[in-house]
Order: sequence, then structure tokens, then C-alpha cells
Amino acid sequence: MEEAAEDGGNLAGVRHIVVVLSGKGGVGKSTISTELALALHHTGKKVGILDVDLCGPSIPRMLNVQDRDVHQCDGGWVPVFVGQDKSIAVMSIGFLLEKPDDAVIWRGPKKNALIKQFVSDVTWGELDFLIVDTPPGTSDEHISTVESLRPYKPLGAILVTTPQAVSVGDVRRELTFCKKTGLRVLGIVENMSGFVCPHCSECTNVFSKGGGQELAKHAEVPFLGCVPLDPKLSQSLEQGRDFLQEFPKSLAFPALADIARQILAGASACSS
Amino acid sequence: MAAAAGPALLDVPPQECPGTGSDQAGKAEACQGCPNQGVCSSRGPVGPDPAIEEIKEKMKAVKHKLLVLSGKGGVGKSTFSAHLAHGLAEDETKQVAVLDIDICGPSIPKIMGLEGEQVHQSGSGWSPVYVEENLGVMSVGFLLGSPDDAVIWRGPKKNGMIKQFLRDVDWGEVDYLIVDTPPGTSDEHLSIVQYLSAANIDGAVVITTPQEVALQDVRKEINFCRKVKLPIIGVVENMSGFICPKCKNESQIFPPTTGGAEAMCHSLNVPLLGKVPLDPQIGKSCDAGHSFLSEVPNSPATLSYRNIIQRIQDFCSHNHPQEENST
Repeated sequence: MEEAAEDGGNLAGVRHIVVVLSGKGGVGKSTISTELALALHHTGKKVGILDVDLCGPSIPRMLNVQDRDVHQCDGGWVPVFVGQDKSIAVMSIGFLLEKPDDAVIWRGPKKNALIKQFVSDVTWGELDFLIVDTPPGTSDEHISTVESLRPYKPLGAILVTTPQAVSVGDVRRELTFCKKTGLRVLGIVENMSGFVCPHCSECTNVFSKGGGQELAKHAEVPFLGCVPLDPKLSQSLEQGRDFLQEFPKSLAFPALADIARQILAGASACSS
Repeated sequence: MAAAAGPALLDVPPQECPGTGSDQAGKAEACQGCPNQGVCSSRGPVGPDPAIEEIKEKMKAVKHKLLVLSGKGGVGKSTFSAHLAHGLAEDETKQVAVLDIDICGPSIPKIMGLEGEQVHQSGSGWSPVYVEENLGVMSVGFLLGSPDDAVIWRGPKKNGMIKQFLRDVDWGEVDYLIVDTPPGTSDEHLSIVQYLSAANIDGAVVITTPQEVALQDVRKEINFCRKVKLPIIGVVENMSGFICPKCKNESQIFPPTTGGAEAMCHSLNVPLLGKVPLDPQIGKSCDAGHSFLSEVPNSPATLSYRNIIQRIQDFCSHNHPQEENST
């Protein structure tokens, strides 16, 4: 543990850091973070998720660990592990609240202090990927996260949007944030892209279609794919179940698996 | 190593933070062990912001002030704010204003068809941008040079902007001021409540979607309202069920696995104002900057919006702000 502190602290054993961002709320940042973590885990990678959404932490429920507590050891805070095989490590403010409905009514400086602690004091151990899930916007949490992760050279950011123009507009601003802070954009994911009616199989573009792809083209960044609206996916996340394992035949499955494949390819290109 | 042997997590910032602007900052019991205690306590005593009085004076011309809140992003706060404004402004004798305090992700200009508009300065302050004669809008979106401009601001700068919006915008005589907020319970929310503290906010409309991952954040927002003593007018469940345009069967895209907003409202004892179904046309109208209410006047979603707007109007007309006798 002491050696770890000398060469880069608690993140020394983390190989790739991926930040999941969006200017817009409710577009599926936590969904993509969770499913990416599960997908990478299924390929045999060791994965951690750091949830820096302090006012609305969703990750603990999505992985069905919402009732767990964080423990302390000599090296810092021990993350919460998902599953019997301790396969995915998670840290979120959700584990630190006494009651799940407690509101975290904090202004910027306090949020920044906790994010710095999350970056420096969590004993992640050896990880292939650390996925950082963020709240919407380009403010305190984002500046602090990018600043404190900078020494560890993050692999880059995945930007999540929904197809409609109102959402794409906010993600354009997030692209500027990445440019200004020197964070590489790994690509854009278009989530909630079309809904196939389970009764008649008609596909309706509930939130329009194609906005994410167009933005990727316009901004000259990779497009990682469209994830369709899938009630099985929302249901799995509600109950903290592993969607990728339980519904390999669903419509959202290939899209999510493909995103993970592209991130893996990007990471191995980067480390070779 | 074992949990029990470790010390208490003193370095977690405390739950009951008195706020950096409070004169208890750094001194309250909860500040013991907070990483920011040094910063807060070294600042010396601070009086209430003089802007609060100025804003109180300015807000005397505004009859009703409503906040649209949600702990969760993307549930339809801006869509609802815009449509509430459109609905209220249909009565030409009423003057309606929308203030968008989502500083990092302002959606109101696009949704209300005002993208690319600029704010003008006059002797009496910044002039809002008008959709109709009786519907004025202010947003940080009007101050940005290009749609790619990011507002990469930390809290204090956002708070300064909100203060300016309340103090320096020439709203004129207004019947309803609707404040659209970003998701969360942080700087913007504390600031708007603080700056309007002397000006009597009628209450908050809380927006949610049916699934538990949204409701868990919305419960936090309701607790926020209770902590800062903000009356809750009620909850709106948005994206509630989807009717396939082809076969007319209903599907739950965002399944209410824990009973949806109805069960939450029941257990927290707050009114449910109504449910608005997921209609793809709503998103299209917002993208085009049109009012869904006038584009599709007979749809179930429009009827639901109208019912909710009526209930909010009723709430306001029964709520006569107690001028002067509150401090």
C-alpha cells in the first residue's frame, strides 16, 4: 500500500480512464456508464465506476448495490464491489448518505472537495478501466473531475446525447468543453434512438432520429452508435440487473456491445 | 483494515452545511471536520446580500413566482416551463415571463423558437426577448455568441448571473414569472431561493418521469424544497406511457416499477398535478420552437397539460402573497 502511494497514489493501478459526459440531463449517461462497465467486464476486464453526480447519483441502484456502505482501510476508502466475484468496483456519494432520500444541498466548493477525495482516496487496486459518470453540464463537477484526473492521462470522453435538436444543442457545448480542457473525445453515442412497439413492431422515433450522428459528422469526432429505446433495458436498470447477460437477443444489445468493442479497440491502440 | 476499526468518515463534507454565505459558515457544529472549514471560517462575518432587498423591490411588480424543479435531468422541465408559459399567455390580459437559470444547458431559447436572439440593453436594464407581446423570456442562451459556446463556470459565477437576471432585467409588470432550473440541488437552486427569499415565491412544480431511477432523485428535490421552506404546488409525471401511433397500444418506455409519481406523491404527501403521456410530437414541436398546445390542440397530452396549467392557476389565485409582513 505504501508503494502505491509513491508512484501515483490510488489510481496507479488503473490503466484507462474513460469519462462519460453530456451537456443534457436524462440522456443516459449513467445507463451507458453501467452497460459499458458490464460489457467490458464480460470481456474479462477489471472495471471500476466512479459516480461524480453528487446531487443525483444513479449508479448504485443501476448495479443493485444501493444499500451498501463504504468502508475505510489504511490506504483510503474501499469501493463497493458488485457481485459475488467482486468483479466491478463502484464509488458513489449514494453510499455515504444516511438516508437514500437525503438531498445533497451543496454549493460548488464542497462538491469539488469530495470529487478530489474520490480521485485521490479510493483504493481501486488494479483496474483495466475506470469509467467516470458525471452529472449534466459544464460546471464545478466537470472542471474538478478533469483537473484532478489530468495527471493520470484519461483515455478520453464518451459524449451521450438523445436524437432531438434540444439535446444535441447542449452536447455541442460539451464538445467545446472537451476541446478547451484538452480531453480527447472518444466518440458520441445517440441514446433513445427509436422505439419499436412491442405490439406491432412499428418503429417510432419518439425523440426524433439522427441528431447524434449528424453532430459527430459536424464536429469530426467518431460516432459510436445508436442505442434504441428498450423497455427491457430501463427495466433492468431499475432493478439493478445485468441487461447484457439476460437479454442478448434484445435490440439494444448489439449497439451496447459495439460501443464497448470500439472503446476496447481505442484503448489497445493507445497502449500499444 | 476492517470497517469497524477505521475512524468515522470525518472527511466527508457534512450533511447540514450552513452554506458558505451564512454567518455560521465554518463555525456551525456540522463544519467540524469539513475540508472547507478553513476557507469558510477565515472569511469573517457576512451580512445578507444587499441584492436581496433590491430584488424584493424589483419583484413587487411580479404577482406570482413559480419554480419548475426536478432532481433529475431530461425529464421535461424546460418543455413544461415553456408550455406552462404558452398556456398562461393565451389569456391576453396576463403578462407572462420565463427566466431560464440553467446556465450550462439553456434549452428555453430553442424550445420557444428564439434561438439566435440577442438581449438588448436599455436605460431600465436588460430587455427580455418577447415571443408574444405578453410573453417575455430571459436566458443565458441569448448572451452567447455561438451555439457551440460552452459556459464553463463554477458556482460563484453562475450565482452572479442569476442575481443579474433577477435584479437587472426589465421585466415590467408581470402576472406570472416562471423560473426554469437545471437538475440538482446545488448552486443555482440555493441562489434562486435565496435571492427570492424576500419576494415570496408562490411555490414549485416538480417534474419527474415514472421510473424509480428518476423518482429517487426527485425525492431528494422534494426534501430540498422542505429544507428551504419552498411550498410544493405539486408533481407532474411526464413521459407517462407511450401510445404507438400505428396500433394505438400503450407501452411503458420508462416503466413505473415502484408505482410511478402517484405512489411517490402518496407516500410523501404532495399533490400529483397530472400525467403527461409521451407523444413524439411534443419533442418535434420543441425542436421547431413551436407551442405543442396550439399545434396539436386535441391530443391527450395537450388536454393533460391544460388540466395541469388550470390547477397551477387555481393554486396561484388562492395564494395571496403576504406582502411586507414577512422578513
